[in-house]
Amino acid sequence: MKSAVIVFPGSNRERDMLNALEKITGTKPIAVWHAETELPKVDLVVLPGGFSYGDYLRTGAIAARAPIMTDVKKKSETGVHVMGVCNGFQILCEAGLLPGILMRNNHLKFVCRQVKLEVTNANTAFTRKYSQGEVWRCPVAHGDGNYFTDADTLARLEGENRVVFRYAEGTNPNGSLNDIAGIINAKGNVMGLMPHPENEIEALNGGTEGRALFESLLEAVA
Amino acid sequence: MKARIKVMLKNGVLDPQGKAIEGALGTLGFPNVASVRQGKYFEVDIAESDPAKARAAIDEMSKKLLANTVIENYAIELDEK
Repeated sequence: MKSAVIVFPGSNRERDMLNALEKITGTKPIAVWHAETELPKVDLVVLPGGFSYGDYLRTGAIAARAPIMTDVKKKSETGVHVMGVCNGFQILCEAGLLPGILMRNNHLKFVCRQVKLEVTNANTAFTRKYSQGEVWRCPVAHGDGNYFTDADTLARLEGENRVVFRYAEGTNPNGSLNDIAGIINAKGNVMGLMPHPENEIEALNGGTEGRALFESLLEAVA
Repeated sequence: MKARIKVMLKNGVLDPQGKAIEGALGTLGFPNVASVRQGKYFEVDIAESDPAKARAAIDEMSKKLLANTVIENYAIELDEK
């Protein structure tokens, strides 16, 4: 599986993501600067975590209009898989590739801790190596993870089974609607989540439960 | 031509920052503050002499970038002097 990681000014988790992708997929991913206008030929594009453009205006708002995003949109329409983690999720929402928006955490504090994630749809390219309802441990680190959307869109997401990850066991760290931690587009090839699976891949760091997400993609795409 | 754009959260959208400011005002001894909402204000200088064209351009900018219409409303004021 060939993958690319987009680097924006202010990204800071791109190295963790590049490392996780290389370790788990066995293929070295390509780092792509945001000012590029064309993606290399890849199966997966990842928007990593960080604070692109210092969170100016709204989180992810400026990065979502970066030159490379035109091609990310175009490639996603042809079926290339796209994943946004943390700031990457915020960028996908601002770019209109996923519905809704990530607002300031309801308690106004930055959260950096482990949460429990429930896999609420194990039938996607991003989750097939988990079992339905499985709860796994994953770190979060964000100030704006409070997922919000209008009632109609929320009903549609729930009705179409497009909430893939939910904060479980009372660990919602930000007040997101329906404990939403990650959602997927209607076509099933664009997924965004606030937690950091790329930081849960080594026993040395406390756990390897994030590996299944990358292994799912490897199985689905390769 | 100068445009002033006010961006506010829609009614019913939770505004934790406004709530925190409301709380701080109470702490400062303003017990009569009923509620606070926080918004954004932009001034855009646009090189366009036709007010209708300027307004259309600012409207487009507001929709595309300045506001996220999932949660925010915007209002445009045009200074035609």
